[in-house]
Amino acid sequence: MKHDIVLAGVGGQGILTIAAIIGEAALRQGLHVKQSEVHGMAQRGGAVLAHLRLNSEPIHSDLIAPGSAAIVLAVEPMEALRQAESLSPQGVILTNARPVRNVSDYPELDEVLAALRAFPRNLVIDAEQMAQDAGNARAMNMVMLGAVSPFLDFPDESLTTVIRDAFARKGPDVVAVNLKAFAAGREAALAVKR
Amino acid sequence: MAQHLLLGDEALAQGALDAGLSGCYAYPGTPSTEIMEYFQASAEAAERDIHRLWSSNEKVAMEEALGMSYAGKRAMVCMKHVGLNVAADGFVNSAITGTNGGLIVTVADDPSMHSSQNEQDSRFYAQFAMTPCLEPSSQQEAYDMAGYAFALSEELQLPVLMRLCTRLSHSRADVRTSANKAAQNELQPPDAATRRFVLLPAIAKRNYEALCAKQDALVAGSEASPFNRYEDGADKSVGVVACGIAYNYLQEAFGGKCPHPVLKLSQYPLPKKQLARLMGECRSVVVLEDGMPFVEQMLRGPLGNDRILGRLSGELPRTGELNPRLVAEAFKLELSPLPAPSPLVKIRPPRLCDGCPHINSYEALSEALKDFADAKVFGDIGCYTLGALPPYNAISSCVDMGASIAMAKGAADAGVFPAVGIIGDSTFTHSGMTGLLDAVWENSPITVIILDNSTTAMTGGQDSMGSGRMAEICAGIGVNREHIREFVPLPKNHAANVQIIREEMAYRGLSVIIARRECIQTLRRKKR
Repeated sequence: MKHDIVLAGVGGQGILTIAAIIGEAALRQGLHVKQSEVHGMAQRGGAVLAHLRLNSEPIHSDLIAPGSAAIVLAVEPMEALRQAESLSPQGVILTNARPVRNVSDYPELDEVLAALRAFPRNLVIDAEQMAQDAGNARAMNMVMLGAVSPFLDFPDESLTTVIRDAFARKGPDVVAVNLKAFAAGREAALAVKR
Repeated sequence: MAQHLLLGDEALAQGALDAGLSGCYAYPGTPSTEIMEYFQASAEAAERDIHRLWSSNEKVAMEEALGMSYAGKRAMVCMKHVGLNVAADGFVNSAITGTNGGLIVTVADDPSMHSSQNEQDSRFYAQFAMTPCLEPSSQQEAYDMAGYAFALSEELQLPVLMRLCTRLSHSRADVRTSANKAAQNELQPPDAATRRFVLLPAIAKRNYEALCAKQDALVAGSEASPFNRYEDGADKSVGVVACGIAYNYLQEAFGGKCPHPVLKLSQYPLPKKQLARLMGECRSVVVLEDGMPFVEQMLRGPLGNDRILGRLSGELPRTGELNPRLVAEAFKLELSPLPAPSPLVKIRPPRLCDGCPHINSYEALSEALKDFADAKVFGDIGCYTLGALPPYNAISSCVDMGASIAMAKGAADAGVFPAVGIIGDSTFTHSGMTGLLDAVWENSPITVIILDNSTTAMTGGQDSMGSGRMAEICAGIGVNREHIREFVPLPKNHAANVQIIREEMAYRGLSVIIARRECIQTLRRKKR
């Protein structure tokens, strides 16, 4: 099994939480994991990314070579497009459609979304709305985790078990909201994944 | 044996802990910060009573670590690459005194300058100080090397420089840790007859000769190192020197089956034996190294050498970090073309957080500056460097820790008026206080604005030991009390704050303005 995933977003949106949950679930299955993260200055509202590599064989590089990622998983549409160069020609691009407009020259959203939908394999969803429907807009990253889940051939429950563990100290209500958000994202992805 | 998902920084920290570390000393700096933070969060480090509090700056941290080594215990000092410039005096001379307990000097370089002002390569410093350098290629090696480095340091009685890079420091991998926990060294300072720590010229000369005499042993150590490995290959048209994490990119590019002979290099000085074999058997040699062309330059020599390929010959980019694709391109491997970047993608630089006190300070400063067409504002290192970007465009320089005050003074000496230095509380106690003392001595006509947000914010909110005591420190240094002004940077105080800045900028003498309000990030964290 091998998965090379590029995660993208804006500092503070929680891509490292997504990466940490996938990484932990992979480790529990005995997979090798490498996860390269951005710390420091860019975390202050700048563009951030993480490279997450999972493999049943030992992994060499911490970085995914441009043009070779199987999955780009983004929580912001312009950031999804920024990482398009990472994607392999057969890869899938999954993104939240809701923009973070903290720059003055943010492009026309419709054009960004159209560019994303032009990829042969894509999923563009309003993860923030779906999270809100699940009970808390801040669970947006769990919607996106759910959206990527069908593309990882993990055993059932392996991700949800880690979600339960990760949010356990915040109480059962928070766990429930996050699981609901995860399920919503997963359902949306299953609908398009053939 | 247990398995953990650890950052390179954390793997090294755990390795040091398992190898009998007694104390870690550090000043925060990306990408090295997580080493100390790991000790601070570790129950095991608490139980073992490991020293794990921040230091005022890297020089102090270096000296504290050397003091612990002097006392016979194993110590580690951690910093980012530019921090070693600050600590260089202590570091270089610790190779002259030699060490007692094992001493690891961990320096995290930042090729591509993700969060730095240059991409200097710390391997040059190890060579300069004539001391060994280790460069782990993986998180597992970072873990394994800690104990090895302490033993090497104690065997050679020299500090060992541990060079990390951003992509190792800030990348997690599964790491196997040992169940064996080494005991800490006993307290054992040198006896009264030991004079080598007293660097009077007569003693220093003897020490320096001894250091020179050790160099053959250092090379022999590199040749015998378990971390340097010669891997033979059938295609000897090209040989490869792969330093540190560049080895992984090579493996990735060739899918783990590099057909060429490879010298995997993780311990310096250069292992002559293996290098001679590579140079002897291969027609040309590609040098892969993250950072500056340190090995390549040595192999090329001052007159150049067409057999040596790398960043200087143009096979690889001269600057920036490597990745598997760049390495594959250097070997002319077949690659699918990349799509052109979309014109819809705009630059998204970092920015001050909503609710950040610096926003209010810069708004007040910008308004006050309207009255002074000739004013120059010298910035410093921290979140507030973002004041250089729109909408503030408020600062003219950002060079190194503490430079704001000293550069403002130098510019004032030349006739610039008003000259303003703007600096954070942690940067001020790191390296700003000495510059301020000069300004006191000459009553320089400068205005120093200290942004006291009670933390070292840029690196994630580490303790800053002078926070809340800025006025006392400045008065103690000798700044006239009447020209030490304080305000709280909040929108409701805007007019009054502008007035304070205006008054002090107009004053033809030294003044300090302290803008004091806690960082919004640390405040939120406390409320959680």
